[in-house]
Amino acid sequence: MTTDTPTIVLVGHGMVGQRFLEALAERGLTATHRVVVLCEEPRPAYDRVALTSYFSGKTPEDLSMTDMEFIEKHSIELRVGDPAETVDRSSRTVTARSGQTFAYDTLVLATGSYPFVPPVPNKDATGCFVYRTIEDLLAIEEYAKTATTGAVVGGGLLGLEAAGALKGLGLTSHIVEFAPRLMPVQVDEGGGAALLRTIEDMGLSVHTGVGTQEIAVDADGAVTGMKLSDGSELSTDLVVFSAGVRPRDQLARASGLTVGERGGITVDEQCRTVNDPHVFAIGECALAADGRVYGLVAPGYEQAETAAATIAADEASFTGADLSTKLKLLGVDVASFGDAHGTADDCLDVVYSDSRAGLYKKLVIGRDGTLLGGILVGDAEAYGTLRALTGSVPPISPESLVLPAGSGAPAQLGPAALPDDAIICSCNNVRKGTIRDAVTEHRCTTVPEVKKCTKAGTTCGSCVKVLGQLVTAELEAGGVEVDKGLCGCFAQTREELYEIVLALRINTYQDLLDRYGRENARGGDGCEICKPAVASIIASLAPTIGASGYVLDGEQAALQDSNDHFLANLQKNGSYSVVPRIPGGEITPEGLIVIGEIARDFGLYTKITGGQRIDMFGARVEQLPLIWTRLVDAGFESGHAYGKSLRTVKSCVGQTWCRYGVQDSVRMAIDLELRYRGLRSPHKLKSAVSGCARECAEAQSKDFGVIATAGGWNLYVAGNGGATPRHADLLAQDLTDTELIKLIDRFLMFYIRTADRLERTSTWLERIPGGLDHVRDVVVEDSLGICEELETLMAAHVANYRDEWSDTINDPEKLARFVSFVNAPDTPDPVVGFVPERDQIKPDLPLLSIGLRPADDVLEGTAQR
Amino acid sequence: MTLAPETTDLKVQLRLGDSWFTICDLNVLLPGRGVAALLPDGRQAAVFRDRTGNLYAVDNRDPFGGAAVLSRGLTGSHQGRPFVASPLLKQRFDLATGQCLDDDTVRITAYEVRAR
Ligand code: SRM
Ligand SMILES: Cc1cc2nc3c(=O)[nH]c(=O)nc-3n(C[C@H](O)[C@H](O)[C@H](O)COP(=O)(O)OP(=O)(O)OC[C@H]3O[C@@H](n4cnc5c(N)ncnc54)[C@H](O)[C@@H]3O)c2cc1C
Ligand code: SF4
Ligand code: FES
Repeated sequence: MTTDTPTIVLVGHGMVGQRFLEALAERGLTATHRVVVLCEEPRPAYDRVALTSYFSGKTPEDLSMTDMEFIEKHSIELRVGDPAETVDRSSRTVTARSGQTFAYDTLVLATGSYPFVPPVPNKDATGCFVYRTIEDLLAIEEYAKTATTGAVVGGGLLGLEAAGALKGLGLTSHIVEFAPRLMPVQVDEGGGAALLRTIEDMGLSVHTGVGTQEIAVDADGAVTGMKLSDGSELSTDLVVFSAGVRPRDQLARASGLTVGERGGITVDEQCRTVNDPHVFAIGECALAADGRVYGLVAPGYEQAETAAATIAADEASFTGADLSTKLKLLGVDVASFGDAHGTADDCLDVVYSDSRAGLYKKLVIGRDGTLLGGILVGDAEAYGTLRALTGSVPPISPESLVLPAGSGAPAQLGPAALPDDAIICSCNNVRKGTIRDAVTEHRCTTVPEVKKCTKAGTTCGSCVKVLGQLVTAELEAGGVEVDKGLCGCFAQTREELYEIVLALRINTYQDLLDRYGRENARGGDGCEICKPAVASIIASLAPTIGASGYVLDGEQAALQDSNDHFLANLQKNGSYSVVPRIPGGEITPEGLIVIGEIARDFGLYTKITGGQRIDMFGARVEQLPLIWTRLVDAGFESGHAYGKSLRTVKSCVGQTWCRYGVQDSVRMAIDLELRYRGLRSPHKLKSAVSGCARECAEAQSKDFGVIATAGGWNLYVAGNGGATPRHADLLAQDLTDTELIKLIDRFLMFYIRTADRLERTSTWLERIPGGLDHVRDVVVEDSLGICEELETLMAAHVANYRDEWSDTINDPEKLARFVSFVNAPDTPDPVVGFVPERDQIKPDLPLLSIGLRPADDVLEGTAQR
Repeated sequence: MTLAPETTDLKVQLRLGDSWFTICDLNVLLPGRGVAALLPDGRQAAVFRDRTGNLYAVDNRDPFGGAAVLSRGLTGSHQGRPFVASPLLKQRFDLATGQCLDDDTVRITAYEVRAR
């Protein structure tokens, strides 16, 4: 490094620091400057906003925001784990913990904040934590293993997130908030009430209006509880403080820079410190020119851009930012934007509230009809549009923007209605015009490309949906055909491929790929998206197109998703679960005993599933054939828990026993399950039959659900549980047994024919033009004249069904695949280990993280889970 | 796909240091699917064969989830490069180099393989 290259030293490699580096690179400053980064944490910048997703399975690597190629390409000297200790402004040097001193021409402080811990007695006891870094989460996770109850001090945004995480770790969770409501900063009283209700319904205990006075500890100094200001005591094993953050301004303070009364390094509109033109401060450590310290990432990003522009001698300023936020807290949407609390003179509120459903929506409207701000709790669907309209008079009445759909409210405003300068992505300050330009000028054709080009949608993700709509609209407006192809190998949709396979009787994947694949995919190996999708089409149509009905036959074996390939469900440690079919949930004592004996003899963990059957976990791959030989001998068949195919048809006990029942629901459930077992489909299929309108079998949450009436059966379709529940729609009423089965045959085959891959019936029905009415026309009225064909296809499936496990255990060549090691068939995989829990087994997870890797694989990931 | 009879006695071998370690008969490998092999030092390799007959081998352990399951993943090609997608959380790994295609910072060991 030559001495005349000017040097920029960045202290703090957090979210804002990383954005600053990117801004430097974009402006070409990394080419003209030496850039040194002092990073305190043991890992480079990661996505702190998404921190909590660690508990839902994201690894620290998933959270990383740092592309090492970028760092290397721009010759950035990133010093991980080496924080700055002192700054000497007179000699313009920074000294790091390693003892190294770096001379700077420009110093940028991006040191973020630290969590504020109220000075209560025993606040440092064993079992007290904060919630800010990956290391904090690792420590909480470890401690929670021995705890049963956890309490969070602070009911703000982070507090709720932390409480949700504790609950997810299996602890009974409490939230203690000093203010009279949750999230006092973002929501008002009404919103707080809606939020409270939903959060309590989730099983979290909320204590508002009380302060924490002391942490109670045992003789070893470990937390046992909390003393509260109302005199009560809460017993808890673990405490997380989440009572706000304070700017980390110590380094600046010690070097004589001005800091605010309540903390924060004082900077001007260019993000330059007010005392020293060579020093900048950005992100949560900075006290901006408008007198505020921003605790959100979006304003920090803007400051990063401003500082980089100023260093490049471009014009830029940061004069303040919008505090709009949209969050999904514990699954509840919470959003606030603009002047949410209605502080402007003369403003009026429009409020819609339904506390039973946990909904609260408020808009703040100015005298002249201008939308000033608002709060949405429970349903923040309209957030993107409303935020963009803030500051203008909306083109439709404000009431209709908050009323639930279906209550006479006109259609939602689409993103097309927004002006070009509407901000679509508030995290990254991206306007609608910029997104349109990305498509028209920069030739982006997909959301990922637009994200890369504009940075929109790369932070909290809440704008991605609107982004997708804009990109499609813009492409279509430009006459560009949007690529709706299944994947990189096929330009057709799944529906089109289905038609090709059926019409031309194509019965191998290779044939389909080589004849109908995209030019550059022909002759290749396909990909993990189209292989199982085409395998499913071939399996659904097998008897009709002349393919084998056995999914492990020939080429088909290679196409199946890996669960289908072993006819079992892979678990996190490489073992499998086994689910025999139990039609309608009816099982004899003999059957129960057989399952019990098998589970006992193979040491499997057993559990009753949500689908009215029994799951046995922890089978090693080489045990599967042995287990299934015994199951098949006892008359059991595959339950297809691994397949995109019929799972279960649940039943209630029905007329036979129940005093309310009006039909034999168990018999019907068994008939339906046996009829459709083994039917491969775009996604899994579930069903249920209830014996009367009391609906004990929950049929209305199923892909096809049947409810008995005095006159026969009512058929409901396209219901869904899961993440986006949907109540099924009534397709036809008072059907006889034969009519019912005929309609279900048609409905399922029509779905299999026209749905996209991995599209449940609920999303399919919502997507297809005409929706329920169209489906009713096709399957009830036969408007397309295809019902006969649909019925024939189903009849072929029913006639040709064979149990795939019984086929497999009778085929030595297939059985040879069920080994851990091809070269050591008798050796079990040593990574599959178990430890005891509640008188059964569970996977030995630490074994996975220790792994059996030799030390020379330094480049390998270091996932800890 | 069935192999011509004269190729069936070929053995799949993995390069370990200076020597070649025999894994299995070539005809055991189903095009598009993998098998796992136990190596003398306790490591595991996932060995694959594509439709044109090329052989690949990488470490069997999924570095994200920890389980030794990559041999059970689906294979495919992306921009002309062969890959396997982990059956756990679907990250893809280049079969020739071991580079993770969904995370630049992760790479697994790739082995030299031959049939003879
Ligand atoms: C075992 C079971 C949980 C239990 O212990 O009870 C279970 C376990 C799994 N479910 Fe489930 N679900 C189970 C009942 C349910 C139910 C309840 C029901 O069927 O009545 C639902 C809600 C109903 C519904 O599907 O609409 C349910 C909604 C889901 C979803 C969300 C589907 C959606 O459309 O949103 C997924 C994810 C997916 O399929 O993409 C899922 C995915 C899974 C997977 C496959 C996740 C995975 O990839 O590992 C789990 C595999 C289990 C295994 O390895 O054996 N599971 N899952 C239940 C098996 C039922 C059975 O006998 O086959
Ligand atoms: C759980 C959680 C959820 C959040 N959710 C949201 C959200 O939904 N929306 C939103 O807008 N914001 C959210 N935030 C806030 C957001 O993470 C912060 O606004 C953002 O990270 C600020 O970036 P920063 O770079 O200023 O600070 P940080 O990301 O904290 O980075 C500062 C870095 O500087 C380092 N450092 C400090 N002193 C030194 C030193 N002397 N030498 C070297 N390095 C040093 C620190 O170790 C740290 O790594 C959330 C925060 C948390 C903790
Ligand atoms: S749904 Fe009706 S028939 Fe079935 S168990 Fe419930 S009350 Fe009885
Ligand atoms: S609004 Fe957060 S990423 Fe766009």
